[in-house]
Amino acid sequence: MNTIFVIEQLLNGIGYGFMLFMLAAGLTLVFGIMDTMNLAHGSLYMAGAYVAAKVHAGSGFFVGGVLIAVAITVLIAFLLEMVIVRRLYQRDHLAQVLATFGIILIADDLVHALWGPSPIMAPTPAALTGPVQVLDGLPYPSYRLLMIGTGLVVAIGLYLLVNRTRLGMLVRAGASNRRMAEFMGVRVARVFSFVFALGAALAALAGALMGPISAVQIGMGESILIPALVVIVIGGIGSIRGAFVASLLVGMIDTAGRAFLPPLLRAVLPPTLAADLGPALAGIAMYLLMATVLSLKPAGLFPARS
Amino acid sequence: MSSVPLSSQAVSRPRASAPLRFAPWVVLAALAAIPLVAPAFGLDYYIEFVRRVLIVTIAAASLNVILGYGGMVALGHAGFIGVGAYTVVALVDAGFDQVWLAWPLAMLAAAGFAAIIGAISLRTRGVYFIMITLAFAQMLYYVAVSLSTYGGDDGYGIYSPLSLGWFEGWHPHMLYWIVLALAAAAFALVGRLAGSRFGKALQGIRDNETRMAAMGYPVFAIKLAAFVGAAAVAGLAGAMLAVNNAFVSPSLMHWTESATLLVMVVLGGLGRRWGAPLGVAVWMTLAEVLKLHTAYWHWPMGVALLLVVFFAPRGLAALADRRREAA
Amino acid sequence: MFSLKHAALCAGLAFASTAALAAAPVKVGIALDISGPFAASGAEARDGFNLAIEKLGGKLGGVPAEFLQTDFAGNPEQANQLVSRFIQSDKIDFFTGPIASNAALAVAPRLFAAKVPFLSSNPGPSQLAGKQCNAFFFGQYQNDTYDEAAGVVANAAGYQRMMLVAPNYPAGRDHIGGFKRTYTGQVLDEIYTKVGQIDYAAELALIRSSKPQAVFAFLPGAMGINFVKQYVAAGLSDIPLVAPGFTADEDVMHAVGDAMLGVKNTGHWAHDLDNPANRDFVAAFRDKYDGRYPSVYAAMAYDVVMAMDAAVREVKGDVANREAVVAALQKADYGSVRGAFRYGANHFPIQNYYERVVAKDAQGRMTNTLVGTVLKEHQDAYVGECKM
Repeated sequence: MNTIFVIEQLLNGIGYGFMLFMLAAGLTLVFGIMDTMNLAHGSLYMAGAYVAAKVHAGSGFFVGGVLIAVAITVLIAFLLEMVIVRRLYQRDHLAQVLATFGIILIADDLVHALWGPSPIMAPTPAALTGPVQVLDGLPYPSYRLLMIGTGLVVAIGLYLLVNRTRLGMLVRAGASNRRMAEFMGVRVARVFSFVFALGAALAALAGALMGPISAVQIGMGESILIPALVVIVIGGIGSIRGAFVASLLVGMIDTAGRAFLPPLLRAVLPPTLAADLGPALAGIAMYLLMATVLSLKPAGLFPARS
Repeated sequence: MSSVPLSSQAVSRPRASAPLRFAPWVVLAALAAIPLVAPAFGLDYYIEFVRRVLIVTIAAASLNVILGYGGMVALGHAGFIGVGAYTVVALVDAGFDQVWLAWPLAMLAAAGFAAIIGAISLRTRGVYFIMITLAFAQMLYYVAVSLSTYGGDDGYGIYSPLSLGWFEGWHPHMLYWIVLALAAAAFALVGRLAGSRFGKALQGIRDNETRMAAMGYPVFAIKLAAFVGAAAVAGLAGAMLAVNNAFVSPSLMHWTESATLLVMVVLGGLGRRWGAPLGVAVWMTLAEVLKLHTAYWHWPMGVALLLVVFFAPRGLAALADRRREAA
Repeated sequence: MFSLKHAALCAGLAFASTAALAAAPVKVGIALDISGPFAASGAEARDGFNLAIEKLGGKLGGVPAEFLQTDFAGNPEQANQLVSRFIQSDKIDFFTGPIASNAALAVAPRLFAAKVPFLSSNPGPSQLAGKQCNAFFFGQYQNDTYDEAAGVVANAAGYQRMMLVAPNYPAGRDHIGGFKRTYTGQVLDEIYTKVGQIDYAAELALIRSSKPQAVFAFLPGAMGINFVKQYVAAGLSDIPLVAPGFTADEDVMHAVGDAMLGVKNTGHWAHDLDNPANRDFVAAFRDKYDGRYPSVYAAMAYDVVMAMDAAVREVKGDVANREAVVAALQKADYGSVRGAFRYGANHFPIQNYYERVVAKDAQGRMTNTLVGTVLKEHQDAYVGECKM
């Protein structure tokens, strides 16, 4: 356990945190502003990953692949919103869960029919396959540095959008009081469509960027849905700031749990017990964190609504 | 937008016409006849299929109580099913094989866990409640996966069937009738609950918690009691599943199982006593039939969900309502 | 009163029933992983089954056969339901199909009680090799043997300090246990990851700071894909990876890409094993499926059908005599794609295990190539616990 190790784990925690942030940002926007529980967020993430991987593998252009993936996913999201999601805004959460769960089932079979059941190849861009010497003796995957950078840009961009632009103001107005905003001439329906599309774009971006370091396969959306939901609940639904803080928190705690807990337990407990307990605790660390936060602050860290 | 669907008005409906009133008895008789009739047609497999449907119905009925009457959207109910199932595993591992010992203990275990989980979770509202119940169920899942004594992810096989105690040896399909009897009891209980004092208080809390608190009802205690009671019944269902399948694995507790249970209850009709049986029967039969014919069986289920959400939002049981009102 | 009419009726019935018996097809229940966590391996297995069925013209041992293929989504409860239907409704004579050990353990008791031979097309859990062994189960390999072979490979390569990685569930622990059974060097640490974990950065940092000579990783499916991709991206490719075949098979390598080249892995079969049955199989597979190489799952699936074919031929179509079928299966008297082998007392094979390495073939296509034989006629470690 030396300084290099600690710094590397710190970077890892931040990296994982930013990964989670990109996933959670889109979800908390839709949830917070339209009060809509959109489980199909995972399917949009999957769409972004698949399209980006296919375009990149076929053409060799990584950035192009990401942009095309985002564009196509936004298109799909527009269609989805027009046909189904729009009718869910006024419904209760249960109906939303059911309908979006149905969308997940349809999307899974669609991807199965289009690209088969096996995971597909999502290559890392050639320039970023190797590590970068962050410090002496610490090579860090350059691709992860890209992800951290992108995450930061997305965070700043979202903050500016929501708090400093007219569009952001309209979004906040529509969210806090739809009727009043409509009376004042705000086309709330248009604003909601925009927010949904923005959420989809973020999901697709996350998917496209995660592809090279994870498995692109059917069901990848469901596996990140839970961590994303946990993050936005801890952070407070509807709060971008909350999602940011919560994802970094979850990233750090999860990483720390996996890095430091097993050796710590081994030093204190008998080996068989430590071997059983360590990974189990590390696995549920994120849930323990959420349960703790919710028992102290039942609406999350930075609730957007009172 | 609330988390609670306002549509589950379980109490104020016109009195059912005569045929409909006798429907539960007719259905019960038909179900009881299955083990006697099916072998004649070579349909033995369906005895076990119906038995499984009945067990899941018991679990769904318990979820219907807290969801339909109580408005508590719990996405971790499968966790309690798992606790019940693993209680049976623990007892079998320790050498006890009496069903009449295992099942009540399973209910107790599930109730115990629910008391702790409920005490923490019920402080939250809306989607936070959904998420925290989900989190606890996932924790139970990961613990079960790590427990190598009870097989962990490999699961635990129950090689010698449990004894049915006094009923042992009466008839090869005795287990089916025991399951049916318990399912009928659950059905009757859910039906009675709507009109009972406790049930009415629960629905009152669902509709307006502040008002109920102002009127002096112990809101937290009532919700907790409902939560724990429902968990106990779910634990019973889990214990029955363990005996039915002769096998238990952590996948019983995965969040997708909780989500599926939720789906079945809403499909059938929230807060309606036929909600659980209808929802479970339709969903499980649909899945069974589809799987026989195609590898792509997910998307029709997805379409079915969308249809229910948009065209039958109060569930299948409510479709009968509309026809009666129209007539 | 006994009359000529009665006699004729009886004779007629007897004739009709024997004719019916002779005409009844052999029924094989195949529970497939089409959806669920093992969908990729399940798809491979299905391709292997279909190739064999096509080759035999839909017959087993010359008798018409019906193959009932159904998806059980990798869920042990659904597997249970499916097997119930297979046994009670369809009255199958043979069963095969699941990829994962948990599904196999879930359905085994029912199949044994109904005396339906269960030919494994992958799972080889230690329970079925040892304490719960049964005459009606025929394994392809026992889970630990792949890792025992990997241990031998590590010893031969001179890796004296290694780190071991596996997911935290019983199979993961078994695989690490199997490796430690033969590995003679020093185990620096055993890292257990979360099942379904996506991000391995923390574990990779641990590996880097411990500076092992090599790393043994059992991470099947998506976990393996994630791990290897991130392993290479973290700049750890100087530290060689040794793996049991599942971490480095066709589905994983094609999703990972060139980062996978050079990974040593072990298995009981390789596509370039030199025996006539295997040459036929690989050629036919590549011909039918656009030039792609079969994975071990396809090979095992194909092999299972061939084994059934030989057994049915041996009992001359009388599959109702289950004891005779089991005896026939035990003889293993057919050309297996893995070459000659025989069954041990627990109906798990005593066979060779090979070292393979991920490399590109002459056409530049990535696949596992055979390096050499690691263990000859190796038997699993659990046969002593079997009381058959």
